Order: sequence, then structure tokens, then C-alpha cells
Amino acid sequence: MEKMPKWADVVLIPVISLLLAALISAIVILLIGESPIEALDLMVEGALGSTNGWGYTLYYATNFLFTGLAVAVAAHAGLFNIGGEGQAMLGGLGLAIVCLYIPFPHWSIALLVAGLGAGLFGAAWAAIPAYLQAKRGSHIVITTIMFNFIAAAVLNYMLVNTLKPKGSMEPATGRFPESAQLPSLHDILAPIGIEFSKSSPANVTLFVGIAACVVVWGLIWHTPLGHEIRALGKSERGAVYAGISPVRTVMITMLISGALCGLMATNNVMGEAERLVLNATEGAGFIGIAVALMGRNHPFGVFLAAILFGFLYQGGAELALWTNIPSELIVVIQALVILFTGALDNMVRMPIEKIFLALRKENA
Amino acid sequence: MTAPAIELKGISKAFGPVQANKDISISVQPGTIHGIIGENGAGKSTLMSILYGFYKADKGEIWIKGTKTEIPDSQAAISAGIGMVFQHFKLVENFTVLENIVLGAEDSGLLMPSLSRARKELKELEEEYELYVDPDKRIDEIGVGLQQRVEILKALYRKADILILDEPTGVLTPPEADQLFRILDRLRSEGKTIILITHKLREIMEYTDTVSVMRRGEMNATVKTSESSPEQLAELMVGRKVLLRVDKVPARPGKPVLEIENLSVVDSAGVERVKGIDLTVRAGEILGLAGVAGNGQSELLEVLGGMRVGTGTIRVNGAPLPLSGSGSDARSRRHAGIAHVPEDRQREGLIMDFHAWENIGFGYHREEIYRKGVLLNNAALRADTEAKMAKFDVRPPNPWLAAKSFSGGNQQKLVVAREIERNPDLLLIGQPTRGVDIGAIEFIHQQIVALRDQGKAILLVSVELEEILSLSDRVAVMFDGKIMGERPADQTDEKELGLMMAGVAGEAA
Repeated sequence: MEKMPKWADVVLIPVISLLLAALISAIVILLIGESPIEALDLMVEGALGSTNGWGYTLYYATNFLFTGLAVAVAAHAGLFNIGGEGQAMLGGLGLAIVCLYIPFPHWSIALLVAGLGAGLFGAAWAAIPAYLQAKRGSHIVITTIMFNFIAAAVLNYMLVNTLKPKGSMEPATGRFPESAQLPSLHDILAPIGIEFSKSSPANVTLFVGIAACVVVWGLIWHTPLGHEIRALGKSERGAVYAGISPVRTVMITMLISGALCGLMATNNVMGEAERLVLNATEGAGFIGIAVALMGRNHPFGVFLAAILFGFLYQGGAELALWTNIPSELIVVIQALVILFTGALDNMVRMPIEKIFLALRKENA
Repeated sequence: MTAPAIELKGISKAFGPVQANKDISISVQPGTIHGIIGENGAGKSTLMSILYGFYKADKGEIWIKGTKTEIPDSQAAISAGIGMVFQHFKLVENFTVLENIVLGAEDSGLLMPSLSRARKELKELEEEYELYVDPDKRIDEIGVGLQQRVEILKALYRKADILILDEPTGVLTPPEADQLFRILDRLRSEGKTIILITHKLREIMEYTDTVSVMRRGEMNATVKTSESSPEQLAELMVGRKVLLRVDKVPARPGKPVLEIENLSVVDSAGVERVKGIDLTVRAGEILGLAGVAGNGQSELLEVLGGMRVGTGTIRVNGAPLPLSGSGSDARSRRHAGIAHVPEDRQREGLIMDFHAWENIGFGYHREEIYRKGVLLNNAALRADTEAKMAKFDVRPPNPWLAAKSFSGGNQQKLVVAREIERNPDLLLIGQPTRGVDIGAIEFIHQQIVALRDQGKAILLVSVELEEILSLSDRVAVMFDGKIMGERPADQTDEKELGLMMAGVAGEAA
């Protein structure tokens, strides 16, 4: 028997966890000597109060959509991919190479081919840890995190030695050609009469991210492969019994996961920076873990959680700008959200389950 | 009349919405063997856990030897004179018998004095109850029957005079089980009280003085064993009349469907579990493979089902199947017409967190009937689940329920429905009724026999000798990875098979 209704599991518990995280954050802000209400006001105003704020929130959210989906897909197979950061970095590398060396007639074709390059590079970066896990039993948590460091080194080397334009001091590629620059939300919404901030980085890849959510949802719950991924995640013995090859399924799952991380580059590298810089990923690979955790590995949950974390990112930047609250505190708030929605899930869940059971008994 | 050794008055215990024990009262006289019988989930284990201090009852009282006793933890149970022998032994494998007996009951910080005192006391206990075990042997050096003796000695060493045994014969060969009951008999004659929890009616009928029947958390009846019958007890357990014998006509074996030649299996630890066996299963017959758990039957079944690699030759309908490399996986086996009900339905046969409808095509999910282009045809799966649930009387008939929410019997019906309805040429079926209630056992047995009568070949592996004997047409016994012998089922008995299961070679059949 289910212990409580589904809505309580999916909506009520995350909301309560969030409120608890907010409460503790408020106490911390009070201790610093600032007003939590003002802080919240600033965050909401800064992140959602203007189309410019929304633009940044959605831009961050798009990054987290890709990495969150990547972590979620791997989690369904029982794999904890914490290498999103490295896979997204390599995705950026693949994308930059495509954009710099192939001339495109139109941005849509550029997006298609560059996305392919980004996905391929991200998948390739996930393939090695996946192979080591599937064939050698090397734990994927260890190998993917090690590959983050290697990715950073590879990127550094490539930018400094190969991709940096002659005479430039900065370890970054040159600007991508005009035809490989993506339309921003401003460009897209203006023809239909919606005024959207020109300076915000949100761009067309938001829709690519949303499409990815739908595709992942279909993959996981409506294809034989998704069925196999979930079966493997629940019981390896069961998978073997059903003729599902654990080696093959681990490989495919990680390739998909890595490709999704790589696709993030279409947003941050192609859509926003329009060139590849060092540390372009800004920790989005790790935020993806929190997003997947909070979104319960469901694409719709990931979508909501990505927006929430986009809000925290943008609102946090505003806080650091206008108050004495240091930007590190934003990391604390994010950590609290992760702590309460992920690690301390049972702390909220158990009492709520008890309440529902008691209610049910009374009604029975 | 003396005070009862144990008296439970109105014990109730609920886990959330599930009432595991409802107002249970029993009274057990000292110096008797009292059986508690009931289906899985009837509440037997909960009741015993309350008695041993693992759970606290919501309501009710426990009286030991005429005094009301609180049992908040197992330490209290031990000092009240209660000893428990669990189904899965709680022994440290690389300790000696003596060290295991002393473990947790040391006199002081120094081990030596405890050990030498224990050695003396153990000797006295052994003589008093004829429970001989070499105290200096390590647990992993002695057999399962002896390990169980160590568990009993552990309880006696802690001065237990009420002994609870939970499914004690599940892991024993018939001769070992006979020895156990001789020991229990001896303990009874020395005035000990024994509570025997089992689902085997035969043990209840043969060895107990009184028996209580539990059903759905309630104590349905307590009767004198001599005044009851297996049929009556089965009816009390299930709540309706059940057929205890399998009804079947003589088999008409046809051509060989499965031929095994010189099959060997080495496990991941490098131990040879199956040692070059030969077996043949014909169309229209049930070959029962008997043996104590862990003698290679599971590995044999897994190789045939494509879950493990092996060496040798297997042929199905005359066509050889690879035993390793490509084409040796479970999917290829299904294509070859082999269906497989695995021994462990919770870890293998079903994905417990999946809905029933996601499990109904498990293993066959890539087949055309469950597909809609590249997508899974979830609607077809659900419709198929509803049909199979109706045909196999799975309760509750709700395709959306997670597999783990069904009772053991209904879970097994889901697996059996999935595999039998494929209309396979060969059905591999392992422990078909382990943890399954009597009502569902009857149904599953009928389905297996019906499949046989359609001319299909069936390889049955079970550790329940009764099941093997009543279901099989031919019986092969496996011991230490080898086939000890084969017998027609109607020309052998538990005694002969029991000897073969213990490694005494049968004469060539």
C-alpha cells in the first residue's frame, strides 16, 4: 500500500523542505545583521522582477536543465554521474571546434551541427568512465570526478596551445562567426510583440532544453531501452534474468548522460559567450546533481528544480551586488536547499507519512 | 495443572495500516511441543519477534511461568528463559563452536576463564541432551545440521527452557530433519518447552502436541494435534478447502526437448558448482531436481536460463545452444523457446518497484506485441496484465500496483503467468512455491501440470522434497554438483531420496 498520496510525495515534501531551507537561510542572514525579508525581496526582484532578471534566471536554468537531465538519466540506471562538469567542458570544446572551423549559412544549421559536436564530445568523455565501470567495475563516482580534473586540464591545454587566437593574452577562443551566433529571447519574442530584455543571455537553447526534457521523458518511460535502464537501476540480477546486458546498458546510459551534459555548451558557450573561455561551465555540472535530486529524476521535476536553481543563482548574484551579504552565502543557501531536499529527505518524509497514516486510520 | 510455560493474552501489533497481530492469546504447557502454522504474512514471525523482544506489542500481556513479564529487548527474553533459533543462523563463521556459544555471554573481560567454563558446561549439556558437536571445530567446517545444533546449544547454555524454532527444517536434508526432531523430543522429555514455527503440515502432524493456526494476523484455532487432520489445518490456514495432493494423470513422455551433456559451471569465486552432469527432459514430462540448497541446482538453472556461463553441451529440440559468449544470454534463451521462472522472484523474476504491468512483459519487452514502432506499447502491456491477472486470479487485480505490494503468492502468480503464457517448449522453474501460500501453491501446481499435459517439457528445481515427489514424473538428485541418481517418482520415497541428497549414491537407475 502506498503510504501517502502521490501529490504529497511530489509537491508537499519538496515545498516543506524548501521552506525549511529558507527558514534556516533567514536565520543565517539575520545573524549577519541583514534583514531576511529585504534579502528575499531583492532576490525576487532581481531574478523575476524584470525581463532582464528573467533572462538571467532562464539562462542559468537552461544550463541546469541539461546537466540535471544528464544526472537523472544516469540515476535511473543506478549510476551516479558526477562528471557533468567535465562532460560539459568537453562539450564546449567540441562545440567550439565545430563553430570555429565550419562555416554555416544559418544559425539553425549551426545549432544542429554544433549540438552534435558538443554531444559527441560530452558522450566521449563519459564513455571512458562508463567502460571502466561496466567492464572493470571501477566505481563511476570515483572515475567521473577524476575525469572532471582531466577535462579541465585538457581544456586549458587546448585553449592555451591550440585554440587561442595569435597574439591574444587570454586563454579563450576567438569569437564565433556571426552565422554561428544564436538568437536571444529578445530576438525571438520581438516579432510576436513581446518586449524582452536585449541584454539578457537567455536564448533559443531554452527550447532545446525543454525539448530534451520531453525526449528524456519518452526515453525513460516509453521505450524498451528506458525500460531496460530502469530495470538495471533497480536490480542487476533482474536485468540479467531478463536478458538485458548490464555492460551494454551502462555504456548506452552514460553516453546519453554525457551527451546531455555536452549539449549544455549550446547554451553557455554558443548562446551566451559566443566563444569558449576557461571555466565556462561555472559549476553547472555539480548543480545538475542537486537539480536531479530535487526533481526526483523526473524530467518535469528537473524542469522545475532547474528554474528554482536559476532563480537562486540570479537572485544570489543580485544579493551580492546590493547588500553586505557575501556571495558565498548564496552557496550556503543552495547547499541548504540541497541538504533539505536531498540528504535530509527522510527527516521531512517520515513525519509527513505518519500524519497521513494517522489521518487514514481516523477515516477508516 | 501447572502454570503454562508461556501465556500470551490479547497481543496486538500494527505496522502502520497493517494489523500484523490481532488480539492473540495462546497458552503453552511446559514440556510440550507447540506448533504455530500459518501462511506467509499471517503474523507468525511478528508474534515471535514480540516474544523475543524485537518488537513491542501495542496491547496485551506476556506471562512466563505464571508471572507477568515485560520483554523490552532480547536480553530480557534470554533472562526470562527464552531461546530462539532463527531460520538464518546467527553464527560467526570463522569462530569455533565454543567461541560462538560463549559470544555475548562472557563472564568477564578475559576470555579464557569463560571458555574453559563453557567447555565444561557444554560437555554436560551435550551428555544431558545427546547434542554432540566438536567444540573446537570452526563453524564453516561443519554442516548445516550441526550449525543448527550449535544454535540450540547456544540457547541452552543461556539457560533457556523455552525454545522457539523458526522454520528449522528449511535448510536440512530429511535425515538431518529427523535428527533435529529426535533432539527436540529429547528436550521435551527433559521438561523444555518448544515452539515450532513452520509451514509444513507434515512436521506439525508428526511432532507437535498442540498446534495453533494463524491467519491474517489472528489466531484462528488452537487444537490438540492428535485430534486434528492435515486437511482441517490447511482449511484453517487458508480459509477454504484446499487440495493437498496434486491431481495428475500419468505422463506420456515424448521426444527429448532438453539434452544436457557434460555441463560444468564455475562460479565467480572459481569454485566448480556443477561438475559435468548429463540430463534429459522430454516433452510432456516433469523432471524434478531434488537436493539440499547449494548443491549446484541454482547454478544449473541459471546456465540454462542464460544468466551464467558454463561449459559442455546443451541442446533444445535438437539444436545446440551456446553456453558462453554471444547468444548465451537470457534473451536468446527465450527465443529458443525456454521460459524461466527463477528461484528468486524478488531479486530476479520481478522488479519490485515496477508496476505489475511493467513486469508482465519483463524479458519479452522488445517483442513485437509490446511495441509500437520504437516505443513501448504501454497500453498493450496493461491490457495484457489485466488479462493475465484475470486468468491467474492475481489479487488485487490492479496493473498499477507495484510488484512489491503483492503477497508472495500473487507475485509468483505474476511470474508464472508471464512465463507459462508464452507457451514455451521448455519451462525452467525454480522453487515455484517458496514463500507462497497454500492456496496459491495448489493453483501454481495445477498450471505446471497443465503445461506438461500440453506436451511441454518442465525442469523443476525445488528444495521441498514433498513438492518434488508430488509434482514430478521423474526425480534426479543433485549433490555437490553431480547427479547422484534418477528415479521414477512413483518408485521412490523421501527416505531413498534423502540418502541421495546427503551424498549416498543411489544405484544406477
